Amino acid sequence: MLAHAPILQIIIPLLAAPLIVLLRQRDLAWIVAVAATALSFLFSARLFLQVAATGEPIIYEIGAWPAPIGIIYVIDSANALVMPLIAGIAFIVTLVGRGMIEAEVDARDHTLFFSAWMLTIAGMLGQVATNDAFNIFVFLEISSLSAYALVAMGAGRDARALPAAFNYLILGTIGATFYVIGIGLLYMLTGTLNIGDLAARLPEIGDTHTGFAALAFIALGLFLKIALFPLHFWLTPAYSFAPSAVSALMAATATKVSVYVLIRLLFGVFGLNFSGMDEVGTLLLWLGVAGAFAGTLAAIWETDLKRLFAQSSIAQLGYMAIGMGLMSSAGLAATFIHLVNHALMKGAIFLALGGLAMHVGRVTMSSIAGVGRQAPLTVAALLFGGLALIGVPLTAGFISKLYLIRAQLDQQLYVIALLTVISSVLALVYVWKIIEAAYMQDRPKDAVVIRETPAMWVGAWILVIATIYFGVQAESLVDAAFRAAETMLGDAQ
Amino acid sequence: MNLSPLLAQWNYVLVIGLMMIGFYTVIARGNLIKKMVGLNIFQTSVFMLYISMGKIKGGTAPILTGDATTVYSNPLPHVLILTAIVVGVATTAVGYALIIRIRETYGTIEEDEIISAINAQDGHQDAS
Amino acid sequence: MTLPALTPDLLIAGLLLLPLIAASTTVLTGKWDNLRDTLSIATGVITAFFAISLFRHISAGGEASLSLFTFAPGFTIDFVVEPLGALFALVAGCLWPVATLYSVGYMRGAHEKNHTRFFFYYAVAIHAAMGIALSGNLLTLFIFYEILTFSTYPLVTHKGNAESVASGRVYLGILVSSSVAFLLLGMIGVWSIAGDLTFVPGGVLADRLDPTYAPILLALFAFGIGKAALMPLHRWLPAAMVAPTPVSALLHAVAVVKAGVFTVLKVVIYIFGTDYLLSTGASVWLVWVASFTLLAASVVAIQKTNLKARLAYSTISQLAYVVLGAALATSIAVQGAALHILMHAAGKITLFFCAGAIYVAHHHSDLRDMDGLGRRMPVTFFCFALGALSIMGIPPLGGAWSKFMLMIGALDAGQTVIVFVLMISSLMNLYYLGQPVIRGFFAPSSDKEETLAEAPLTMLIPIMLTALASVLLFFYADLFLLTFEGVAP
Repeated sequence: MLAHAPILQIIIPLLAAPLIVLLRQRDLAWIVAVAATALSFLFSARLFLQVAATGEPIIYEIGAWPAPIGIIYVIDSANALVMPLIAGIAFIVTLVGRGMIEAEVDARDHTLFFSAWMLTIAGMLGQVATNDAFNIFVFLEISSLSAYALVAMGAGRDARALPAAFNYLILGTIGATFYVIGIGLLYMLTGTLNIGDLAARLPEIGDTHTGFAALAFIALGLFLKIALFPLHFWLTPAYSFAPSAVSALMAATATKVSVYVLIRLLFGVFGLNFSGMDEVGTLLLWLGVAGAFAGTLAAIWETDLKRLFAQSSIAQLGYMAIGMGLMSSAGLAATFIHLVNHALMKGAIFLALGGLAMHVGRVTMSSIAGVGRQAPLTVAALLFGGLALIGVPLTAGFISKLYLIRAQLDQQLYVIALLTVISSVLALVYVWKIIEAAYMQDRPKDAVVIRETPAMWVGAWILVIATIYFGVQAESLVDAAFRAAETMLGDAQ
Repeated sequence: MNLSPLLAQWNYVLVIGLMMIGFYTVIARGNLIKKMVGLNIFQTSVFMLYISMGKIKGGTAPILTGDATTVYSNPLPHVLILTAIVVGVATTAVGYALIIRIRETYGTIEEDEIISAINAQDGHQDAS
Repeated sequence: MTLPALTPDLLIAGLLLLPLIAASTTVLTGKWDNLRDTLSIATGVITAFFAISLFRHISAGGEASLSLFTFAPGFTIDFVVEPLGALFALVAGCLWPVATLYSVGYMRGAHEKNHTRFFFYYAVAIHAAMGIALSGNLLTLFIFYEILTFSTYPLVTHKGNAESVASGRVYLGILVSSSVAFLLLGMIGVWSIAGDLTFVPGGVLADRLDPTYAPILLALFAFGIGKAALMPLHRWLPAAMVAPTPVSALLHAVAVVKAGVFTVLKVVIYIFGTDYLLSTGASVWLVWVASFTLLAASVVAIQKTNLKARLAYSTISQLAYVVLGAALATSIAVQGAALHILMHAAGKITLFFCAGAIYVAHHHSDLRDMDGLGRRMPVTFFCFALGALSIMGIPPLGGAWSKFMLMIGALDAGQTVIVFVLMISSLMNLYYLGQPVIRGFFAPSSDKEETLAEAPLTMLIPIMLTALASVLLFFYADLFLLTFEGVAP
């Protein structure tokens, strides 16, 4: 059984999807979902521990066909780190999201909702585990299509979810199609789709217009998927109008998976020395800075909290892009650290928002006035998530900042470092607006009275505790991230 | 201007032409169905790219004949494109489902009319 | 007074844990006011003993360190006590129980609300100050520095009204922005240059940092350490005066601001190294910036009629003394700066205590209402006079020594103009601190009342204790004169 862990962690959610449709019963649907995500998490955690212990990648051949003829899954230090993160967050959100889903999605749609939910999770895990470039596309589309449907399910609460989902569909498909074009060009050059094989063959024949075009298409397609400025406009509407559980899941996982895929393709396939990588690096660096400012400044002006934190995600993704753009082992490690930490922080925040949304409907600065006294634990989770975003010490966000800025200073990029800290300081403005609204204002007499239930804060607090844990005991994460970076960069550093 | 290399690679010219037509339609047209059509054309151009790259000069259909000297066209791109076609069909289905729902909700499938309807609603919502 | 069973690392652990224990007991015994407050003060007294023991141990040449855990690869949370840290811990530890006793009197006398919440965050803030004092590397210091900012925010916004929330925004805004934008950047810069953030006698930058960059790095620290209230980052201090006076007294005259200048001094001595600064001249610009702050803040203080506002600007000016001493970087200047941390703490806390006493007894906060009040509150105003004399630097009050040493240190560094700056500042101090005393005792009062109406005893005792301390410090100053390893005499 354990020998098949690499494929099982994906197959189980994948099979759970049609199973849920067949079962047709709401409660069973949820139970199956929880069980499937739990199993995925256990398998992926086991794989992580195994890879961390031995340092050797685990190679799984599908159908026992060896590479490069068959499709193989390779679990190395890089994706062994990301998979338990995705599966774990999926498990937690599924477990606690039931209340949010019941409040926001029509009861008749629940089975189909959970089915799409399982598909998107399976798709994300598949993208991370696989070592075949086209397989990435397949799982990317599985995950994206179900995501479009999930976002559209928010229409019950706010009709704007429909145009948001449609826009997301158009832009997401364009991105994926660009990616496929790039893969096609690579296939034309090398005759293989296996990532390891591509990495081996590209250096000799890559220095051509075709290779350069392939890099451009792949990079651009994935830039769109990671919502890099200025290709980020689809993210805010999609996250803010989707049902709260969907926002929580996607804010914490979907873009992280795309960041991973971008890293795998850029560094694992093309490598640092590929012609054109310098330009890609410069783009990542400056567009990341632009995104950091655009997202933070937009967030400052927002009153709708889900939109606010979606804008904040764009800024945080900007930091990850900066880490990638540094084109160094330290920069890549910083990106991995922030990838994990941001997933935890944003997951906690969106789950807390979902908890509040169950009672107040649209979560805005005015609807949460004075809520700190009525829902103390939920708002406290929001507070800690916010503090982590600012980068207060003892939270994981501080660790991310520490290593990102160190990587920047190591390369003498002083201006970028200064811009990074300044945008980080600006985050204080919007976090504090929320804290003041929740704690320092009085709850208006005609506002909804919230009676706090554990369902509102349990999930958020699990992730908050993880954030604080990784803020205080960062050693394991930092080591894992550096191992991941070195694995990805291979010999060319 | 020497056109012969361009004519020799006419498949790529076709691909790029279709790609740009599709892409332009997606971006420039406000009607949602037209966007979907543009997206389809865009995706189809990519299919063409893959399939045309699979054809080997003098190659026959990739079915084993038992003759060791037969030159076959590459079957792998065909397989890839089958997958991609399915993805394209699914995307189109989801897209049109969304368009139907949008039509039901907003009464229109023109992008600018939808945006103005949203802005009008937003004004009401934010004021409340 | 050294308890024989206590080893140095236990002293460190105690100093860090005792305030947290006090915070916990405060929350647990919240309903029973007297029990809660007695436990607070008792824990504070024990902390004072620990701080005194540690200081005596370090002064005698002993060492003390405690390593907690590895935070991230290459970073441990550890505590290494050196003379400056022991001094700061002494100041915070001894003044905390005194201030707690005073706070009990104030909070009840002024009918403030939410006492439990107040004393909880009060204790946590002291814990953070201890963490800063005893930190062994810059990362540990930074972590506790931020904890101090966030734990004092609820104290600043304690009243919960619009004014305190707005002031809280200024407070947090300036302190967090400066620390994240500049201090963090400087810290990571040091990490990048030296590979490590441990405090080392003699500094870590010599031979590693090109002297042209040294002033920039120093600027990142000088402006990043917002708690030192160097202009133009000083606005948080007058904004924080909206807090109840015990907060202003202990935290914004002692713990928070001293944490700021302590950090500046510590960075100057143990990261840059005084030799490095003197040989490269990287801190000369800071001498002038500090001098400007010194004088400008005094000018503003003269114009303020709200007593706490005047004291706040006086504090800004006095903090600049310490930064000035650090920037001069000669051995005597640095020693004078360290001594000033102690002297100013004792003097300023007395002044703030008196301001709070006046508010509780008579509900006056503006100087124009305090004419003749000295005759009705003789003890308070006499102690105010003692504290004022210490700040002015007049013997036989402790402040005389630190000011004197700073002047000698300036001469040592060849900056004779600074001597004049210090003298002008003393004259201005004389005016704006002397005026309340003179008017309090000799001016005719507006309401013609002449009955004795002092503040409650729980407030008077701390006032008298700290005023007495200011006097005693003059005679026992040599006990607190620190010698720093790595600073050439």
